[in-house]
Amino acid sequence: MNEFSLLPALVPATIQAATPLLFAALGGLISERAGIVNLALEGMMLAGAFAGACAAILLHDAVPGHPAAAAAGAVMAALVAGALVALLHAAACITFRADQVVSGIALNMLVLGLTVFFSQSIFHMKGGTPQLEEVTLGRLSLGASMALSPLCFVAAAVLPVAGFLLFSTPFGLRLRACGEHPRAAATVGIPVARIRYLAVLASGLLAGLGGLYLVFDVGSFSKEMTSGRGYIALAAIIFGRWRPGLTLAGCLLFGLAQSLQLQLQGRVEVPVAFLQMLPYGVTLVVLAGAIGRSTPPAALGKTG
Amino acid sequence: MTDVNPPAVEMLHITKRFSGGVVAVEDVSIGVAQGEIHAVIGENGAGKSTLMGVLSGLIPADSGEIRLSGAPVSNPGPASAVRHGIGMVYQHFMLIPVFTVAENIVLGREPAAGLRFDRRAAEEQVRALSDRYGLKVDPAARVETLSVGQEQRVEILKVLHCGADILILDEPTAVLTPQETKDLFSVLLQLKSQGKTILFISHKLNEVLAIADTITVLRHGKVVETMPAKGAMKESLARMMVGRDLESGAPDPRHPVGAVASASAEVLLELERIEVLRDNGLPALRGVSLQVRSGEILGLAGVEGNGQTELLEVAAGLREKVGGEIRLHDGVSGRDVSRTSISERHRLGLSHIPEDRHRRGLVLDFSVVENAILGRHRDEAFCGPWGIRSSADIEAATLAERFEVHANDLADRVRGLSGGNQQKLVVGRELARRPRVLLAAQPTRGVDLAAVAIIHRALREARSTGAAILLVSSDLSELLALSDRIAVMYEGSVVATLDPAKTTEEELGLYMAGGGRSSAIPS
Repeated sequence: MNEFSLLPALVPATIQAATPLLFAALGGLISERAGIVNLALEGMMLAGAFAGACAAILLHDAVPGHPAAAAAGAVMAALVAGALVALLHAAACITFRADQVVSGIALNMLVLGLTVFFSQSIFHMKGGTPQLEEVTLGRLSLGASMALSPLCFVAAAVLPVAGFLLFSTPFGLRLRACGEHPRAAATVGIPVARIRYLAVLASGLLAGLGGLYLVFDVGSFSKEMTSGRGYIALAAIIFGRWRPGLTLAGCLLFGLAQSLQLQLQGRVEVPVAFLQMLPYGVTLVVLAGAIGRSTPPAALGKTG
Repeated sequence: MTDVNPPAVEMLHITKRFSGGVVAVEDVSIGVAQGEIHAVIGENGAGKSTLMGVLSGLIPADSGEIRLSGAPVSNPGPASAVRHGIGMVYQHFMLIPVFTVAENIVLGREPAAGLRFDRRAAEEQVRALSDRYGLKVDPAARVETLSVGQEQRVEILKVLHCGADILILDEPTAVLTPQETKDLFSVLLQLKSQGKTILFISHKLNEVLAIADTITVLRHGKVVETMPAKGAMKESLARMMVGRDLESGAPDPRHPVGAVASASAEVLLELERIEVLRDNGLPALRGVSLQVRSGEILGLAGVEGNGQTELLEVAAGLREKVGGEIRLHDGVSGRDVSRTSISERHRLGLSHIPEDRHRRGLVLDFSVVENAILGRHRDEAFCGPWGIRSSADIEAATLAERFEVHANDLADRVRGLSGGNQQKLVVGRELARRPRVLLAAQPTRGVDLAAVAIIHRALREARSTGAAILLVSSDLSELLALSDRIAVMYEGSVVATLDPAKTTEEELGLYMAGGGRSSAIPS
């Protein structure tokens, strides 16, 4: 094994693996800071990925020769699909006071089922989509060896914006109040339900983009392609103690584990299946270390 | 109504029923004049808090009307109440522990500089308010670092910052030391002198008579009478609240009746150099040693958060300690129960009335019967292989009768009972075990006078049959009335042990605040 050939590839690979996590984690962070547990991140990502892929392919078929327009349509579709799942989650948790964990998991299964169903009915495939062909978002070069998806830069830009919104604005103070003590917030006239809806909606938009990133990265949608990234994003939030900067560190750590296992495949004599466990193993270890020292918003996940 | 100046607040024919048809308040009308302190008194479940909830917009009334300075409030709700200058200081503070004082106070009406929340302006506003009303706080401190009295000041400032002219205080003195209560009263008088109208909910008659201009008595959701405080008599107020004469359970006897333990009575509970850490890793108890003898009530006084809770939790087996020994004596030898399970401690004769009946005393969604045998569910007499035996019903009925637990049906969920009835159930259950050692934490917190009398009687009876009782209470008059000795805790240590016959609330308050005579007998 030659570490000199490993490193240069590892940095962009880590950033690329961390990007979808960061989208979802920032969304989850906003939602959880408002007091709504967001296990539905996984489903939001999957919905964003599938809707984005469908839009890209169908628009490209309908109006050939305009791949940029199809890509823009894909972005819109991913945002809308993520937001729709978010609205369902918000309605269940906020309006109907359902258990937030159950709602999240139920939505994840629902979305998975829907992607398989529509994959069959639209493309006559078993859960996936055809290739996106020439529909792409392109790449922006950073120096000679690094060319990243524009979505990486979007994620990097969302991070400080989310941080500023949550911790430096009156709106952020109110949002965090909803996550700490919703009754106290309500007694000073803060519309708790509305703010929580907005927060969950934001998580849907961001997670949808996270899902879309995967589609453009791979070039098509495949069944269950998010493979637990929504949950890993939640782990990054817990690792990050519900703070944006540390959450980024969590995403990079998990991204590193992801890219490391890809880079190591074929270089070390460990069965691939074991290498593929690496990100999840790291998640477990990190969570075991973080839990107890990481304090969630006080009213997180409490119904009623 | 024919006045030139209409009352600041009028509530007319307010009725509120909760789900299940329980009437909380029925056809209640009260008027509060501008600039007065108006006390609303009544037992628990009399409807005081519901009525104030209606006024503050948190609880929608089924019928009735609210008028402010003569104008009807058309669209009641928390936001509308805030707009109309009504501010409520809740019994359980509505503060966010991880926010700073200033953040808590300006929440909902934050000063902004561009998009930014202007923290400096917020702190400036708080400083100005706190100077104006004489409520000293540090605007930059995190609320979780404050004492209860300071938190209350923050809560009042928050309400003032909302621009409230009408302040509602729900049992504001329940959590305060005597000194803090005095401070609060001078603040209230200052607010009144600046034209604020104050509604003060309480069931402490001395306080009401000391501070109020007008008193409204509620019972069973109805107004018994509204009268000027001047000339009102404590006894007649108590009678109006309860609806009958109270038995001698009121906290007046300086020398408690019942067997007073002699110094030679057997020690049943012994705590030696107990050291405990708080949840956040800081020391909660710094080597506390106590002995409780058979036939004795040892009172533990202290401002909340000085280790009393942790001490009882350690003795009960609910909390780990890092040092020291806990011994339960059975007449022959003392046994260190530090590593003994809670059920084994029960078998050794330990009972525990927990501080929080909702969290630890009861399973709210279980029936009265199930709760009555909670902790005794391993007892073959109550539970057989096929479930709960009918003997449990009989036990629950006996308890309910002996401790006057009023429930429509013993199969009903405990959640629907009033706080007083819930607490009587907990106390009854723990005493039914005939404990040798009883740990009683805040046994009468938030319960009505009649229930207080019953609980006090039960504790005295347990003492006279030889139980050793460790009593934690934030109600000093209760401690003085019941205890044979009072130990005062401050910052995790016992700073004084006093004879209740020779001390006063003021002296206790002094020790609780960390002051006190140097000649105090160290424990």
